[in-house]
Amino acid sequence: MNKHVVLVEDETNIAEAIRFLLSNEGWRVETLANGSNAVDVIRNTGPDLVMLDVMLPGKSGFEILHDLRADPAFDALPVLMLTARGQSRDREMAEKAGVSRFMTKPFSNAEMLDAVRELTAQ
Amino acid sequence: MAREGLTGSRIRERRVMAGLKQADLARDIGISASYLNLIEHNRRRIGGKLLLNIASVLGVEPQTLTEGAEAALIAALREAADEAGLTGPEASRADEFAGRFPGWADVLAGTRRRVASLEQTVEALTDRLAHDPHLAASMHELLTTAAAIRSTAAILAETKTLQPEWRERFHANINEDSHRLSDSAQALVSYLDAETGAADAASSPQEEVEAFLSKHDFSFGSLETGSATEATIAEIVETAEMLRSQAAKYIARGVLQQWARDAAVLSLKDLRKEIETAGTDPLTLARNLHKPVVVVLRRMAALPELGAGLVVCDRSGTVIFRKSVEGFTVPRHGACCPLWPLFGALAQTGMVVTETVMQLGRAQAQFECFATSETQSAPSYNALPLVQAVMVLLPAPAGAGQGRSMGSTCRVCPQEGCSARREPSILSSGV
Repeated sequence: MNKHVVLVEDETNIAEAIRFLLSNEGWRVETLANGSNAVDVIRNTGPDLVMLDVMLPGKSGFEILHDLRADPAFDALPVLMLTARGQSRDREMAEKAGVSRFMTKPFSNAEMLDAVRELTAQ
Repeated sequence: MAREGLTGSRIRERRVMAGLKQADLARDIGISASYLNLIEHNRRRIGGKLLLNIASVLGVEPQTLTEGAEAALIAALREAADEAGLTGPEASRADEFAGRFPGWADVLAGTRRRVASLEQTVEALTDRLAHDPHLAASMHELLTTAAAIRSTAAILAETKTLQPEWRERFHANINEDSHRLSDSAQALVSYLDAETGAADAASSPQEEVEAFLSKHDFSFGSLETGSATEATIAEIVETAEMLRSQAAKYIARGVLQQWARDAAVLSLKDLRKEIETAGTDPLTLARNLHKPVVVVLRRMAALPELGAGLVVCDRSGTVIFRKSVEGFTVPRHGACCPLWPLFGALAQTGMVVTETVMQLGRAQAQFECFATSETQSAPSYNALPLVQAVMVLLPAPAGAGQGRSMGSTCRVCPQEGCSARREPSILSSGV
Protein backbone atom coordinates (compact mmCIF):
# COMPACT_ATOMS: atom_id res chain seq x y z
CA MET A 1 0.00 0.00 0.00
CA ASN A 2 1.26 3.42 -0.91
CA LYS A 3 2.50 5.74 1.78
CA HIS A 4 0.20 8.61 2.49
CA VAL A 5 1.14 12.27 2.91
CA VAL A 6 -1.10 15.20 3.81
CA LEU A 7 0.20 18.37 2.18
CA VAL A 8 -1.19 21.62 3.59
CA GLU A 9 -0.15 24.35 1.15
CA ASP A 10 -2.27 27.23 -0.12
CA GLU A 11 0.04 28.05 -3.03
CA THR A 12 -1.53 25.99 -5.80
CA ASN A 13 1.47 25.71 -8.11
CA ILE A 14 3.85 24.66 -5.33
CA ALA A 15 1.29 22.11 -4.19
CA GLU A 16 1.00 20.80 -7.75
CA ALA A 17 4.76 20.47 -8.14
CA ILE A 18 5.13 18.67 -4.80
CA ARG A 19 2.18 16.46 -5.59
CA PHE A 20 3.79 15.47 -8.90
CA LEU A 21 7.17 14.77 -7.32
CA LEU A 22 5.80 12.69 -4.47
CA SER A 23 3.37 10.81 -6.68
CA ASN A 24 6.31 9.83 -8.87
CA GLU A 25 7.93 8.41 -5.74
CA GLY A 26 4.85 6.30 -5.09
CA TRP A 27 3.18 8.50 -2.48
CA ARG A 28 -0.54 9.02 -2.19
CA VAL A 29 -0.82 12.78 -1.80
CA GLU A 30 -3.76 14.49 -0.13
CA THR A 31 -3.65 18.25 -0.62
CA LEU A 32 -5.32 20.88 1.56
CA ALA A 33 -5.28 24.58 0.74
CA ASN A 34 -6.71 25.70 4.07
CA GLY A 35 -5.45 25.08 7.57
CA SER A 36 -8.82 25.15 9.31
CA ASN A 37 -9.70 21.47 8.88
CA ALA A 38 -6.17 20.11 8.51
CA VAL A 39 -5.99 18.62 12.01
CA ASP A 40 -9.31 16.80 11.54
CA VAL A 41 -8.19 15.40 8.18
CA ILE A 42 -4.90 14.22 9.65
CA ARG A 43 -6.64 12.62 12.65
CA ASN A 44 -9.13 10.85 10.39
CA THR A 45 -6.71 9.61 7.76
CA GLY A 46 -3.56 8.89 9.81
CA PRO A 47 -0.94 9.81 7.20
CA ASP A 48 2.68 8.69 7.25
CA LEU A 49 3.87 12.26 6.81
CA VAL A 50 2.52 15.81 7.05
CA MET A 51 3.94 18.67 5.01
CA LEU A 52 2.95 22.11 6.29
CA ASP A 53 3.22 25.63 5.01
CA VAL A 54 3.40 28.22 7.81
CA MET A 55 1.21 31.04 6.54
CA LEU A 56 -2.13 29.46 5.76
CA PRO A 57 -5.68 30.68 5.63
CA GLY A 58 -7.83 29.45 8.50
CA LYS A 59 -5.10 28.17 10.78
CA SER A 60 -1.35 28.67 10.66
CA GLY A 61 1.13 25.86 10.29
CA PHE A 62 2.35 26.53 13.82
CA GLU A 63 -1.16 26.11 15.22
CA ILE A 64 -1.70 22.89 13.30
CA LEU A 65 1.62 21.53 14.54
CA HIS A 66 0.83 22.54 18.10
CA ASP A 67 -2.56 20.77 17.98
CA LEU A 68 -1.00 17.62 16.54
CA ARG A 69 1.75 17.44 19.15
CA ALA A 70 -0.81 17.89 21.90
CA ASP A 71 -2.39 14.61 20.81
CA PRO A 72 -0.36 11.57 21.99
CA ALA A 73 -1.43 9.67 18.87
CA PHE A 74 0.47 12.14 16.69
CA ASP A 75 3.37 13.21 18.86
CA ALA A 76 5.80 11.19 16.72
CA LEU A 77 4.21 11.83 13.33
CA PRO A 78 6.86 13.21 10.93
CA VAL A 79 6.05 16.82 10.10
CA LEU A 80 8.01 18.71 7.45
CA MET A 81 7.47 22.44 7.52
CA LEU A 82 7.98 24.43 4.29
CA THR A 83 8.03 28.17 4.63
CA ALA A 84 9.20 31.37 3.01
CA ARG A 85 9.59 32.76 6.51
CA GLY A 86 13.16 31.68 7.15
CA GLN A 87 13.87 33.93 10.06
CA SER A 88 15.59 32.35 13.01
CA ARG A 89 12.68 33.03 15.34
CA ASP A 90 10.32 31.11 13.04
CA ARG A 91 12.70 28.18 13.03
CA GLU A 92 12.91 28.34 16.82
CA MET A 93 9.12 28.48 17.09
CA ALA A 94 8.82 25.47 14.81
CA GLU A 95 11.39 23.51 16.78
CA LYS A 96 9.69 24.35 20.06
CA ALA A 97 6.37 23.24 18.61
CA GLY A 98 7.94 19.89 17.70
CA VAL A 99 8.63 20.09 13.98
CA SER A 100 10.58 17.17 12.53
CA ARG A 101 12.24 19.19 9.74
CA PHE A 102 12.10 22.85 8.72
CA MET A 103 12.84 23.92 5.14
CA THR A 104 12.82 27.41 3.70
CA LYS A 105 11.50 28.36 0.27
CA PRO A 106 12.77 28.33 -2.37
CA PHE A 107 14.10 24.80 -1.89
CA SER A 108 15.37 22.32 -4.43
CA ASN A 109 13.20 19.34 -5.33
CA ALA A 110 16.04 16.98 -4.49
CA GLU A 111 16.44 18.56 -1.07
CA MET A 112 12.74 18.20 -0.38
CA LEU A 113 12.62 14.58 -1.56
CA ASP A 114 15.68 13.71 0.52
CA ALA A 115 13.99 15.17 3.57
CA VAL A 116 10.84 13.15 2.91
CA ARG A 117 12.84 9.94 2.52
CA GLU A 118 14.82 10.57 5.68
CA LEU A 119 11.76 11.42 7.74
CA THR A 120 9.85 8.32 6.65
CA ALA A 121 12.68 5.78 6.57
CA GLN A 122 11.66 2.73 8.59
CA MET B 1 15.81 35.43 -34.20
CA ALA B 2 19.49 36.22 -34.04
CA ARG B 3 20.33 32.92 -32.44
CA GLU B 4 18.94 30.77 -35.25
CA GLY B 5 20.45 33.18 -37.76
CA LEU B 6 23.88 32.75 -36.35
CA THR B 7 23.60 29.00 -36.19
CA GLY B 8 22.35 28.61 -39.76
CA SER B 9 25.06 30.87 -41.10
CA ARG B 10 27.73 28.97 -39.18
CA ILE B 11 26.54 25.65 -40.59
CA ARG B 12 26.74 27.05 -44.10
CA GLU B 13 30.17 28.50 -43.42
CA ARG B 14 31.51 25.25 -41.99
CA ARG B 15 30.02 23.18 -44.82
CA VAL B 16 31.70 25.33 -47.44
CA MET B 17 34.99 25.14 -45.54
CA ALA B 18 34.67 21.35 -45.48
CA GLY B 19 34.14 21.32 -49.26
CA LEU B 20 30.74 19.67 -48.96
CA LYS B 21 27.82 20.36 -51.23
CA GLN B 22 24.49 21.13 -49.62
CA ALA B 23 22.98 17.96 -51.12
CA ASP B 24 25.82 15.82 -49.73
CA LEU B 25 25.45 17.11 -46.20
CA ALA B 26 21.67 16.79 -46.40
CA ARG B 27 21.95 13.19 -47.50
CA ASP B 28 24.47 12.34 -44.77
CA ILE B 29 22.22 13.68 -42.04
CA GLY B 30 19.02 12.30 -43.48
CA ILE B 31 17.14 15.42 -44.49
CA SER B 32 16.25 16.97 -47.80
CA ALA B 33 18.53 19.51 -49.42
CA SER B 34 15.70 22.02 -49.49
CA TYR B 35 15.22 21.70 -45.72
CA LEU B 36 18.96 22.17 -45.13
CA ASN B 37 18.79 25.18 -47.38
CA LEU B 38 16.08 26.66 -45.17
CA ILE B 39 18.22 26.00 -42.09
CA GLU B 40 21.30 27.58 -43.63
CA HIS B 41 19.28 30.61 -44.57
CA ASN B 42 18.06 30.95 -41.04
CA ARG B 43 14.48 30.12 -41.80
CA ARG B 44 14.18 27.04 -39.65
CA ARG B 45 15.15 26.41 -36.04
CA ILE B 46 17.98 23.97 -35.55
CA GLY B 47 18.93 22.03 -32.44
CA GLY B 48 19.03 18.68 -30.72
CA LYS B 49 19.90 15.53 -32.59
CA LEU B 50 19.92 17.23 -35.97
CA LEU B 51 22.45 19.77 -34.79
CA LEU B 52 24.59 17.00 -33.31
CA ASN B 53 24.47 15.06 -36.58
CA ILE B 54 25.47 18.11 -38.61
CA ALA B 55 28.31 18.83 -36.21
CA SER B 56 29.44 15.22 -36.45
CA VAL B 57 29.48 15.22 -40.26
CA LEU B 58 31.25 18.59 -40.34
CA GLY B 59 33.75 17.35 -37.75
CA VAL B 60 33.17 20.18 -35.30
CA GLU B 61 31.89 20.49 -31.75
CA PRO B 62 28.15 21.34 -31.61
CA GLN B 63 29.02 24.44 -29.58
CA THR B 64 31.06 25.71 -32.50
CA LEU B 65 27.84 26.03 -34.43
CA THR B 66 25.90 27.56 -31.58
CA GLU B 67 28.38 30.08 -30.19
CA GLY B 68 27.32 33.69 -29.83
CA ALA B 69 23.90 34.51 -28.47
CA GLU B 70 23.35 30.84 -27.67
CA ALA B 71 26.51 30.68 -25.61
CA ALA B 72 25.08 33.01 -22.99
CA LEU B 73 21.85 31.02 -22.92
CA ILE B 74 23.64 27.72 -22.53
CA ALA B 75 25.89 29.14 -19.85
CA ALA B 76 22.81 30.32 -17.95
CA LEU B 77 21.22 26.88 -18.27
CA ARG B 78 24.39 25.23 -17.01
CA GLU B 79 24.44 27.57 -14.03
CA ALA B 80 20.78 26.75 -13.35
CA ALA B 81 21.55 23.03 -13.54
CA ASP B 82 24.53 23.45 -11.27
CA GLU B 83 22.53 25.38 -8.71
CA ALA B 84 19.75 22.80 -8.83
CA GLY B 85 22.31 20.06 -8.19
CA LEU B 86 21.63 18.37 -11.53
CA THR B 87 24.31 15.74 -12.10
CA GLY B 88 25.01 12.90 -14.47
CA PRO B 89 24.84 12.87 -18.27
CA GLU B 90 21.90 15.27 -18.39
CA ALA B 91 23.93 17.98 -16.73
CA SER B 92 26.09 18.33 -19.83
CA ARG B 93 23.19 18.46 -22.28
CA ALA B 94 22.20 22.09 -21.81
CA ASP B 95 22.90 22.79 -25.48
CA GLU B 96 20.57 20.01 -26.52
CA PHE B 97 17.82 21.34 -24.26
CA ALA B 98 18.31 24.82 -25.70
CA GLY B 99 18.18 23.39 -29.18
CA ARG B 100 15.04 21.33 -28.71
CA PHE B 101 13.08 23.81 -26.60
CA PRO B 102 14.62 27.22 -27.32
CA GLY B 103 11.60 29.14 -26.05
CA TRP B 104 11.40 27.34 -22.75
CA ALA B 105 15.16 27.45 -22.40
CA ASP B 106 14.87 31.22 -22.62
CA VAL B 107 12.15 31.17 -19.97
CA LEU B 108 14.23 29.00 -17.66
CA ALA B 109 17.39 31.08 -18.12
CA GLY B 110 15.45 34.31 -17.65
CA THR B 111 13.76 32.97 -14.56
CA ARG B 112 17.07 31.86 -13.13
CA ARG B 113 18.49 35.36 -13.66
CA ARG B 114 15.42 36.88 -12.08
CA VAL B 115 15.57 34.57 -9.08
CA ALA B 116 19.28 35.36 -8.62
CA SER B 117 18.53 39.06 -8.73
CA LEU B 118 15.69 38.71 -6.27
CA GLU B 119 17.83 36.67 -3.92
CA GLN B 120 20.29 39.56 -3.82
CA THR B 121 17.43 41.90 -3.03
CA VAL B 122 16.31 39.59 -0.27
CA GLU B 123 19.74 39.68 1.31
CA ALA B 124 19.96 43.46 1.18
CA LEU B 125 16.54 43.88 2.74
CA THR B 126 16.75 41.38 5.53
CA ASP B 127 16.83 44.04 8.19
CA ARG B 128 13.66 45.63 6.92
CA LEU B 129 12.04 42.28 6.48
CA ALA B 130 12.48 41.71 10.19
CA HIS B 131 10.44 44.75 11.13
CA ASP B 132 8.23 45.95 8.29
CA PRO B 133 4.95 44.02 7.96
CA HIS B 134 4.23 45.32 4.45
CA LEU B 135 7.66 44.35 3.26
CA ALA B 136 7.47 41.00 5.02
CA ALA B 137 4.27 40.20 3.13
CA SER B 138 5.82 41.29 -0.18
CA MET B 139 8.93 39.22 0.38
CA HIS B 140 6.84 36.23 1.37
CA GLU B 141 4.99 36.54 -1.93
CA LEU B 142 8.27 36.79 -3.86
CA LEU B 143 9.86 33.82 -2.14
CA THR B 144 6.76 31.71 -2.50
CA THR B 145 6.55 32.47 -6.22
CA ALA B 146 10.27 31.87 -6.64
CA ALA B 147 9.82 28.52 -4.91
CA ALA B 148 7.02 27.55 -7.27
CA ILE B 149 9.08 28.54 -10.32
CA ARG B 150 12.19 26.78 -9.10
CA SER B 151 10.37 23.57 -8.34
CA THR B 152 8.40 23.57 -11.59
CA ALA B 153 11.39 24.52 -13.73
CA ALA B 154 13.41 21.72 -12.17
CA ILE B 155 10.67 19.22 -12.98
CA LEU B 156 10.61 20.42 -16.59
CA ALA B 157 14.38 20.28 -16.88
CA GLU B 158 15.02 17.03 -15.03
CA THR B 159 12.10 14.73 -15.76
CA LYS B 160 13.01 12.59 -18.74
CA THR B 161 9.61 11.20 -19.56
CA LEU B 162 7.11 13.90 -18.73
CA GLN B 163 3.61 13.23 -19.97
CA PRO B 164 2.42 15.90 -22.44
CA GLU B 165 -0.50 16.93 -20.23
CA TRP B 166 1.82 17.41 -17.26
CA ARG B 167 4.28 19.33 -19.42
CA GLU B 168 1.52 21.61 -20.65
CA ARG B 169 0.28 22.17 -17.12
CA PHE B 170 3.75 22.98 -15.76
CA HIS B 171 4.44 25.28 -18.69
CA ALA B 172 1.23 27.12 -17.88
CA ASN B 173 2.16 27.24 -14.17
CA ILE B 174 5.64 28.60 -14.80
CA ASN B 175 4.23 31.18 -17.19
CA GLU B 176 1.66 32.26 -14.61
CA ASP B 177 4.24 32.39 -11.83
CA SER B 178 6.67 34.38 -13.99
CA HIS B 179 4.01 37.04 -14.40
CA ARG B 180 3.27 36.98 -10.69
CA LEU B 181 6.96 37.30 -9.91
CA SER B 182 7.26 40.21 -12.28
CA ASP B 183 4.24 41.98 -10.79
CA SER B 184 5.41 41.36 -7.22
CA ALA B 185 8.90 42.61 -8.01
CA GLN B 186 7.52 45.78 -9.58
CA ALA B 187 5.27 46.40 -6.59
CA LEU B 188 8.22 45.89 -4.27
CA VAL B 189 10.44 48.27 -6.22
CA SER B 190 7.70 50.91 -6.08
CA TYR B 191 7.45 50.42 -2.33
CA LEU B 192 11.18 50.76 -1.85
CA ASP B 193 11.51 53.79 -4.08
CA ALA B 194 11.37 56.60 -1.55
CA GLU B 195 11.33 59.23 -4.27
CA THR B 196 8.14 58.08 -5.93
CA GLY B 197 4.95 56.72 -4.54
CA ALA B 198 5.91 57.38 -0.96
CA ALA B 199 2.30 57.76 0.10
CA ASP B 200 1.23 54.54 -1.58
CA ALA B 201 4.11 52.79 0.09
CA ALA B 202 3.30 54.15 3.51
CA SER B 203 2.38 51.24 5.71
CA SER B 204 2.03 53.14 8.99
CA PRO B 205 0.55 56.48 10.06
CA GLN B 206 4.05 57.72 10.84
CA GLU B 207 5.09 56.98 7.26
CA GLU B 208 2.04 58.76 5.89
CA VAL B 209 3.10 61.83 7.86
CA GLU B 210 6.68 61.55 6.60
CA ALA B 211 5.43 61.37 3.02
CA PHE B 212 3.16 64.35 3.62
CA LEU B 213 5.97 66.47 5.09
CA SER B 214 8.35 65.47 2.27
CA LYS B 215 5.75 66.44 -0.30
CA HIS B 216 5.70 69.91 1.28
CA ASP B 217 9.52 70.01 1.43
CA PHE B 218 9.13 70.56 5.19
CA SER B 219 7.89 74.06 4.48
CA PHE B 220 4.51 75.56 5.47
CA GLY B 221 4.23 79.21 4.53
CA SER B 222 0.79 79.62 6.07
CA LEU B 223 2.20 78.61 9.48
CA GLU B 224 5.05 81.12 9.34
CA THR B 225 2.87 84.16 10.04
CA GLY B 226 3.24 83.74 13.78
CA SER B 227 -0.52 83.80 14.21
CA ALA B 228 -1.63 80.57 12.54
CA THR B 229 -4.86 79.28 14.04
CA GLU B 230 -6.20 75.79 14.64
CA ALA B 231 -8.43 76.34 11.61
CA THR B 232 -5.38 76.90 9.40
CA ILE B 233 -3.82 73.68 10.66
CA ALA B 234 -7.09 71.77 10.30
CA GLU B 235 -7.42 72.91 6.69
CA ILE B 236 -3.89 71.75 5.84
CA VAL B 237 -4.50 68.38 7.44
CA GLU B 238 -7.97 67.76 6.04
CA THR B 239 -7.00 68.67 2.49
CA ALA B 240 -3.84 66.57 2.47
CA GLU B 241 -4.46 63.57 0.21
CA MET B 242 -1.42 61.79 1.58
CA LEU B 243 -2.85 61.70 5.10
CA ARG B 244 -5.32 58.88 4.65
CA SER B 245 -5.69 57.43 8.11
CA GLN B 246 -7.15 59.17 11.12
CA ALA B 247 -4.01 58.26 13.06
CA ALA B 248 -1.82 60.01 10.47
CA LYS B 249 -3.99 63.11 10.63
CA TYR B 250 -3.71 63.11 14.42
CA ILE B 251 0.09 62.90 14.24
CA ALA B 252 0.31 65.55 11.50
CA ARG B 253 -1.89 67.91 13.50
CA GLY B 254 0.52 67.62 16.45
CA VAL B 255 3.54 68.25 14.22
CA LEU B 256 1.96 71.34 12.64
CA GLN B 257 0.83 72.71 15.99
CA GLN B 258 4.43 72.49 17.20
CA TRP B 259 5.52 74.13 13.95
CA ALA B 260 3.12 77.05 14.45
CA ARG B 261 4.18 77.53 18.08
CA ASP B 262 7.86 77.58 17.05
CA ALA B 263 7.12 80.05 14.24
CA ALA B 264 5.41 82.34 16.73
CA VAL B 265 8.49 82.25 18.97
CA LEU B 266 11.15 82.58 16.26
CA SER B 267 10.53 83.58 12.67
CA LEU B 268 12.66 82.12 9.90
CA LYS B 269 13.44 85.68 8.81
CA ASP B 270 14.99 86.55 12.20
CA LEU B 271 16.86 83.26 12.32
CA ARG B 272 18.33 83.78 8.84
CA LYS B 273 19.42 87.27 9.75
CA GLU B 274 21.19 86.07 12.89
CA ILE B 275 22.86 83.18 11.10
CA GLU B 276 24.30 85.64 8.58
CA THR B 277 26.21 87.40 11.36
CA ALA B 278 26.70 84.74 14.04
CA GLY B 279 26.98 81.52 12.03
CA THR B 280 25.17 78.27 12.68
CA ASP B 281 26.18 77.42 16.23
CA PRO B 282 22.81 76.77 17.93
CA LEU B 283 23.89 77.85 21.42
CA THR B 284 25.21 81.17 20.10
CA LEU B 285 22.00 81.69 18.15
CA ALA B 286 19.88 80.89 21.19
CA ARG B 287 21.82 83.32 23.38
CA ASN B 288 21.79 86.11 20.82
CA LEU B 289 18.11 85.67 19.99
CA HIS B 290 17.06 84.96 23.61
CA LYS B 291 15.17 81.88 22.49
CA PRO B 292 15.12 78.30 23.84
CA VAL B 293 17.77 76.06 22.27
CA VAL B 294 15.20 73.43 21.40
CA VAL B 295 13.21 75.94 19.35
CA VAL B 296 16.37 77.12 17.59
CA LEU B 297 17.17 73.49 16.66
CA ARG B 298 13.73 72.84 15.21
CA ARG B 299 13.71 76.15 13.31
CA MET B 300 17.17 75.51 11.86
CA ALA B 301 15.79 72.29 10.40
CA ALA B 302 13.04 74.36 8.71
CA LEU B 303 15.61 76.44 6.80
CA PRO B 304 16.06 74.64 3.46
CA GLU B 305 19.42 76.31 2.76
CA LEU B 306 21.05 74.58 5.75
CA GLY B 307 20.23 71.10 4.44
CA ALA B 308 19.72 69.98 8.02
CA GLY B 309 18.15 66.78 9.27
CA LEU B 310 16.02 66.55 12.38
CA VAL B 311 15.08 63.68 14.66
CA VAL B 312 12.77 63.91 17.66
CA CYS B 313 12.13 61.15 20.18
CA ASP B 314 10.02 60.80 23.28
CA ARG B 315 11.19 59.63 26.70
CA SER B 316 10.97 55.97 25.67
CA GLY B 317 13.46 56.65 22.85
CA THR B 318 10.79 56.16 20.21
CA VAL B 319 11.38 58.37 17.18
CA ILE B 320 8.27 60.50 16.69
CA PHE B 321 9.53 62.86 13.99
CA ARG B 322 12.20 62.61 11.36
CA LYS B 323 13.45 64.80 8.57
CA SER B 324 15.88 62.61 6.71
CA VAL B 325 19.19 63.78 5.35
CA GLU B 326 21.40 61.98 2.85
CA GLY B 327 24.09 60.07 4.69
CA PHE B 328 22.25 59.64 7.99
CA THR B 329 19.57 56.99 7.98
CA VAL B 330 16.84 56.88 10.57
CA PRO B 331 15.42 53.34 10.51
CA ARG B 332 11.77 53.25 9.56
CA HIS B 333 11.21 50.23 11.74
CA GLY B 334 13.05 48.93 14.75
CA ALA B 335 15.29 50.63 17.23
CA CYS B 336 17.93 53.23 16.38
CA CYS B 337 21.60 53.11 17.29
CA PRO B 338 21.80 54.04 21.00
CA LEU B 339 25.03 55.98 20.39
CA TRP B 340 23.20 58.87 18.78
CA PRO B 341 23.56 62.17 20.69
CA LEU B 342 19.75 62.33 20.61
CA PHE B 343 19.54 59.67 23.29
CA GLY B 344 22.37 61.19 25.31
CA ALA B 345 20.27 64.35 25.56
CA LEU B 346 17.56 62.38 27.35
CA ALA B 347 19.93 61.79 30.26
CA GLN B 348 19.61 65.35 31.57
CA THR B 349 16.80 67.65 30.51
CA GLY B 350 18.11 70.93 29.16
CA MET B 351 21.68 69.74 28.61
CA VAL B 352 22.93 70.44 25.08
CA VAL B 353 24.97 67.63 23.55
CA THR B 354 27.17 68.25 20.52
CA GLU B 355 29.26 65.79 18.60
CA THR B 356 30.64 65.29 15.11
CA VAL B 357 29.39 61.96 13.87
CA MET B 358 29.64 59.72 10.87
CA GLN B 359 27.11 57.02 10.21
CA LEU B 360 28.58 53.81 8.84
CA GLY B 361 27.00 52.87 5.54
CA ARG B 362 27.18 53.36 1.82
CA ALA B 363 26.84 57.16 1.66
CA GLN B 364 29.28 58.08 4.38
CA ALA B 365 29.08 61.74 5.38
CA GLN B 366 29.95 63.67 8.50
CA PHE B 367 27.47 65.71 10.49
CA GLU B 368 27.64 68.10 13.37
CA CYS B 369 24.92 66.97 15.75
CA PHE B 370 23.29 69.18 18.35
CA ALA B 371 20.78 67.62 20.69
CA THR B 372 18.85 68.70 23.71
CA SER B 373 15.65 67.81 25.52
CA GLU B 374 12.70 69.68 26.94
CA THR B 375 9.83 68.83 29.22
CA GLN B 376 6.48 68.39 27.56
CA SER B 377 4.18 68.22 30.55
CA ALA B 378 3.23 70.79 33.17
CA PRO B 379 5.04 70.29 36.49
CA SER B 380 3.26 68.25 39.15
CA TYR B 381 4.35 66.83 42.49
CA ASN B 382 6.19 63.49 42.55
CA ALA B 383 5.80 62.91 38.83
CA LEU B 384 8.62 62.63 36.37
CA PRO B 385 7.96 65.08 33.55
CA LEU B 386 7.37 63.84 30.02
CA VAL B 387 10.41 64.70 27.94
CA GLN B 388 11.19 65.03 24.25
CA ALA B 389 14.69 65.06 22.82
CA VAL B 390 15.52 66.94 19.63
CA MET B 391 18.61 66.44 17.45
CA VAL B 392 19.54 68.56 14.47
CA LEU B 393 22.11 67.27 11.95
CA LEU B 394 24.14 69.85 10.06
CA PRO B 395 26.50 68.76 7.27
CA ALA B 396 30.00 69.00 8.78
CA PRO B 397 32.18 71.65 7.15
CA ALA B 398 35.20 70.63 5.12
CA GLY B 399 38.18 70.08 7.37
CA ALA B 400 36.11 68.94 10.33
CA GLY B 401 37.91 66.32 12.37
CA GLN B 402 37.09 62.64 12.19
CA GLY B 403 33.63 62.15 13.65
CA ARG B 404 32.53 59.40 15.95
CA SER B 405 31.35 56.34 14.05
CA MET B 406 27.88 55.12 14.75
CA GLY B 407 25.21 53.15 12.98
CA SER B 408 21.61 53.36 11.89
CA THR B 409 20.43 50.22 13.60
CA CYS B 410 22.37 47.18 14.80
CA ARG B 411 20.93 44.91 12.12
CA VAL B 412 22.76 46.70 9.31
CA CYS B 413 25.70 48.18 11.22
CA PRO B 414 29.12 46.72 10.39
CA GLN B 415 30.83 48.12 13.53
CA GLU B 416 32.69 45.24 15.14
CA GLY B 417 32.98 45.00 18.90
CA CYS B 418 30.48 47.76 19.60
CA SER B 419 29.53 47.82 23.28
CA ALA B 420 26.07 49.13 22.40
CA ARG B 421 25.22 46.26 20.09
CA ARG B 422 21.82 44.67 20.80
CA GLU B 423 21.79 42.05 18.07
CA PRO B 424 24.14 40.63 15.42
CA SER B 425 24.56 42.46 12.14
CA ILE B 426 23.68 40.75 8.91
CA LEU B 427 26.71 42.51 7.42
CA SER B 428 29.23 40.80 9.64
CA SER B 429 27.71 37.53 10.74
CA GLY B 430 25.25 36.69 8.01
CA VAL B 431 22.51 36.18 10.59
